[in-house]
Amino acid sequence: MTRLACILGREFRLAQRHGMDSVLVVVFFVLAVVLFPFGVGPEPNILARIAAGVLWVAALFATMLGLERLFQADYEDGSLELLMLTPLPLEGVVLAKVAAHWLTTGLPLLIAAPLLAAILNMNVAGFLVLILALLLGTPTLSLIGTVGAALVLGSRRGGILLSLLVLPLYIPVLIFGVSAVDAAIGGFGVRAQLLILGAFLLASLALCPWAAAAALRQALE
Amino acid sequence: MNRFTGHDLDCIRGERLVFTGLRFELAQGEALVLVGANGSGKSSLLRLMAGFLRPARGELRWNGASLSEDPEGHRARICYVGHLDAVKPVLTVAENLGFWAELWGGGLESVGPALRAFGVDHLADVPGRFLSAGQKRRVNLARMAVSRTAALWLLDEPTTALDRAGVAALGKVLAAHRGRGGMAVVATHSELPLDGSKLLDLGYFAMAEVPV
Repeated sequence: MTRLACILGREFRLAQRHGMDSVLVVVFFVLAVVLFPFGVGPEPNILARIAAGVLWVAALFATMLGLERLFQADYEDGSLELLMLTPLPLEGVVLAKVAAHWLTTGLPLLIAAPLLAAILNMNVAGFLVLILALLLGTPTLSLIGTVGAALVLGSRRGGILLSLLVLPLYIPVLIFGVSAVDAAIGGFGVRAQLLILGAFLLASLALCPWAAAAALRQALE
Repeated sequence: MNRFTGHDLDCIRGERLVFTGLRFELAQGEALVLVGANGSGKSSLLRLMAGFLRPARGELRWNGASLSEDPEGHRARICYVGHLDAVKPVLTVAENLGFWAELWGGGLESVGPALRAFGVDHLADVPGRFLSAGQKRRVNLARMAVSRTAALWLLDEPTTALDRAGVAALGKVLAAHRGRGGMAVVATHSELPLDGSKLLDLGYFAMAEVPV
């Protein structure tokens, strides 16, 4: 546990020194969402109707931003090899990296989302569920993305390849995330959608660190 | 009494047989110097020893037990210094080293002596991006000194970019490590002050003419 905290602490320190990364993700998220009223017109009803979908899709893309660098920097400067040679299993290293990624990108998105929902005139009934759904969904996005980041390690044009690999896998989270918010606004129960999002999270928590660790071992051979 | 041995090792990289039938034996306190031409497989052998690669044939044993039986236990006793310096540009030297010290259980108090051993203690508060190649190398080597629990040091061309004083410091640290009963495997082209080390010429195990 102390080793996990140690890696997590290092990731935070690196994120903090690089400074802008977290801020950039949020700025990208805000910009992407704010572009929609310009594109579809300032009709409040239309915006309210598409708000949940727009927020989720923008969150999806914003999550992708930091993914490519997740292992790349450590791979290029040799730290990744050394991280492999710790008493901590590589899966643990991956888990610490995912946690750091979520805390520096997913969590800021979560905080910005209600503000943007207000800008898009989303029904207030959906706010709480939007936050809950993002709380369950964004860690899943980070976890799935980690596998992609590990797979494209060392390849040129990794970023594009990563999007192609990862975005299709994000679709289930997107569907249930949006559907939860829509159901809440329509006055229906949201338990089923949130439970499914929770199930996605648990399943990816169990599978993704192993898959990513296997891909990393392959990359370092 | 620890023993690290290799038995009939074959290594294949990119469908090319790098070396074949390689064997070595290393006892507590001993050092093995790997020599050979470029591409003779020195780095590959070190990566085999570290467990990054698996041998195509043969096996590596620690105290008679095959490494494949206990890969995690083996990882815990290795300190590997590769070509890359793993120094984060945005972290200070002390922070860079402190991370590994904590991760390997050496504790932050081992950072100061390790930096002193390689003569870079005056750089402790300097961010990694301002270091010269030689200084980065010294910081990278200082990592060995904070991993006190590692019984086996694997060094790939440790003298690259080092000045003469740096090489001498490396020799001293290696001697201290061997004095504690540690082992070291060093791939190098230059002279290292390593008393009573064994020599392994990888050219002897090459089979470049035979296609796989």
